[in-house]
Amino acid sequence: MTKTCTFTLDGKTIPFEEGETIMEAASAAGVYIPHLCHHPEFKPHGSCKLCTVNIGGRLGAACTNRAADGMKVDSETEALNADRRALTQMLFVEGNHICPSCEKSGNCQLQAVAYHLEMLTPHFTHFYPARDIDASHPDVLIERNRCILCELCVRASRDVDGKNVFGIGGRGIKSRLIVNSASGRLADTNMSVTDRAAEVCPTGAILRKRHGFTVPIGKRLYDHHDIAEVPEAGLKEPRRD
Amino acid sequence: MTEHNVCDLPGIVARWGKDPANMVQILRDVQESCGTIPSDTLDQLARLLGVPRVRIEATASFYHFFHAESHGAYEILFSDNIIDHMAGKEALKQYFCERLWLEPRKLSEDGLVYVDDTADIGLADQAPAMLVNGYAVPALDHARLDLIAELIRAKKPLGEWPPMLFEIPDNVRLAGPLMGEPFAPGAALQATLARGAEATLAEIDAANLRGRGGAGFKTATKWASCRKAEGEALLKKHAGPPQVFLGPLGGEPSEARFSGGDHYVVCNADEGEPGTFKDRVLLSSHADLVFEGMTVCARVIGAKQGLIYLRGEYKNLLEKLKSVLARRREANLLGRNILGEQGFDFDIEIHLGAGAYICGEESALIESLEGKPGKPRNRPPFPDRCGYRNQPTVVNNVETFACAAKIAERGGAWFASIGTAQSTGSKLISISGDCQRPGIYEVPFGVTVQQLLIDCGAEDAHAVQVSGPSGTCISYREFDRRIAFEDLPTAGAFMVFSPERDMFEVARNFSHFFAHESCGFCTPCRVGTSLLRNTMDKLAAGKGSAYDMHEMKNIMRILQDMSHCGLGHTAANPVVQTMEKFPDAYEKRLKKLDFEPAFDLDGALTTARLITGRDDEWAHLDND
Repeated sequence: MTKTCTFTLDGKTIPFEEGETIMEAASAAGVYIPHLCHHPEFKPHGSCKLCTVNIGGRLGAACTNRAADGMKVDSETEALNADRRALTQMLFVEGNHICPSCEKSGNCQLQAVAYHLEMLTPHFTHFYPARDIDASHPDVLIERNRCILCELCVRASRDVDGKNVFGIGGRGIKSRLIVNSASGRLADTNMSVTDRAAEVCPTGAILRKRHGFTVPIGKRLYDHHDIAEVPEAGLKEPRRD
Repeated sequence: MTEHNVCDLPGIVARWGKDPANMVQILRDVQESCGTIPSDTLDQLARLLGVPRVRIEATASFYHFFHAESHGAYEILFSDNIIDHMAGKEALKQYFCERLWLEPRKLSEDGLVYVDDTADIGLADQAPAMLVNGYAVPALDHARLDLIAELIRAKKPLGEWPPMLFEIPDNVRLAGPLMGEPFAPGAALQATLARGAEATLAEIDAANLRGRGGAGFKTATKWASCRKAEGEALLKKHAGPPQVFLGPLGGEPSEARFSGGDHYVVCNADEGEPGTFKDRVLLSSHADLVFEGMTVCARVIGAKQGLIYLRGEYKNLLEKLKSVLARRREANLLGRNILGEQGFDFDIEIHLGAGAYICGEESALIESLEGKPGKPRNRPPFPDRCGYRNQPTVVNNVETFACAAKIAERGGAWFASIGTAQSTGSKLISISGDCQRPGIYEVPFGVTVQQLLIDCGAEDAHAVQVSGPSGTCISYREFDRRIAFEDLPTAGAFMVFSPERDMFEVARNFSHFFAHESCGFCTPCRVGTSLLRNTMDKLAAGKGSAYDMHEMKNIMRILQDMSHCGLGHTAANPVVQTMEKFPDAYEKRLKKLDFEPAFDLDGALTTARLITGRDDEWAHLDND
């Protein structure tokens, strides 16, 4: 079906169908808008705010604002990218992200977005929160130090796996990933390694055990590609180049 | 003493219609009867309600008033607004803890009592104040705390405490058309029925009534849009090509979407903005006016059900409000065929909050009413088309409904003759802080700050925080400004500070408030409010530099640009505004350095000192 409506994104004409978000239409047209909590297979969420764009003078998330005919959207501006860089830095300092020792390094979207936005330092003072690791499950590891609260696992488990394994507990800076068991352990949920939720984490917070270094560091996706070229591929099985 | 740990879960669940949407109410009742929300209860609730445990836990862990660990037979929460601090809250709390031999945030060894802080409880005119098992006790002083300590030691049940402890005067200092004139219950409804729904809406429109929660959105526009939402749904059902109705993006799945049959009236009584207490007084002494306004709205938009979301801190008003509702049902002002009008059915249910400022944001309030954590929704669509249970919903402030009732009774032209052209009617101002006569002042819109200061006896004021931490801080240079949507919009708070007050500490208190109340959904607010609080603490510790001042402005810009809702947008206001208007308060705290690290080398040895039991000079680093 041909799309009849259009809007402009950084001066470029983007076609869209009614109901599509700015993010969906931009992705379909091959234009990258930085994001972390958005994933094309899941319902929009709008929490990371990295995809904030200027919509005719008003700022809003590209993933939760619908495109409208004739709309003028700016994304690749210096100011917006500076704000996005600051948000990425915030995500780094609120958790404990130690890339050199992380199994996900090179396939991590958080790291890749930081590369893309030319983030050179964490800038803000680290929070060094005390967060748990849950290694109870035979096949899946939860490393909460790396969780950025994007809720992709929550959505995948609820909407695709039909299991509701994950949720977000607490409030504010004390928000944390919780699982559907009285013990709080992943082993006591019905999580399976074949669940969509096991492979959707953009960072190294949910990992399949014994797969951490199948592809050596240095030969991973974002070791060689900017995330703008392959926005979502990092979520799938790591591939060799 | 209350007998805890006897909890009739099936009974509670049945009382709330076995509906998971009532989860916050169910959890409140569980905690009321068990004293806590034990982990195994979540599993039982999951089974009874057919909802995954993880979703119940998300709700149970979101709200400040819910806890899994025991808080003993007496839970004491000290109100923590800057006004309470100015009235000596910290020293009184310490005194109280010493009297009972306990530490804050730690259950006493005999398991009897627990002391902590909580955000402003709506008693700034009678500060310092506290909640005892959820019930407000105002005007604390040594004598009252001595009495309370004795009652606790004697293990007296709350019901046997002297009622004078819980007496809360209205403190109405200046009454106007809302509070000063008698109102006969039913008068506004009779006028509405005589005039018709359409004509009543026209009166609200002619009155130019704007939302009293602070944002000032035109009430008639909201009501008209909600009223029309039904028309659109019917159109979809009966005529022509189907229209595209775009539902909300994100959030948990919901069964109903734009079915169009059900409209809801929701009264936002989650008066959480520190320094605001006018809804407390309206609900305590003018509840008929509020309920009648809701009923008028129901007639206009075609709603059958209304909900009032009463902040948990106002639990002491619950029984009173229930009795007003019962009286109105008896007088046929609620229920079926109201005032004999066939088919005019409407009733109101009260929901209590559980300690979350963010639930004052209308879409977070709706999420909370639906039993979820109070996290604001993605908008559009707005509640007028897609609100409670994804149905068209009018959400208005308590005072807005009270105004609507008066307009329905006396007409739009009368209302529009009060105030200014853009801000019609009167406004209830809650004055607290450094003044002789704190309390409620009902004034016409357009009144100057100076006039209010004269009225309340604060001629020497140095600064006023208008509309609470999320509002505007004005200095003595701007006292000629006016309370009006076109100048100083306000939800009602008016906190006065004398020249002796340290405006840095005022802003620091507010930065702690926002960090505590951020819902945590979006990155900028979740992290930014904590960064801001930490930087203010760094300055307070004498470790700040010019760099930190610059950083805070940077964080403010990110909060304003990128946040999901108004909480984040305004969270940095108090810091940035006091920085601009009272630079001395900041500069005297700065080290004369470009940069000073936040890391405290000596502080890092705290754990080692605790382990070794040493605190002598040699166990400290030279910290100058």
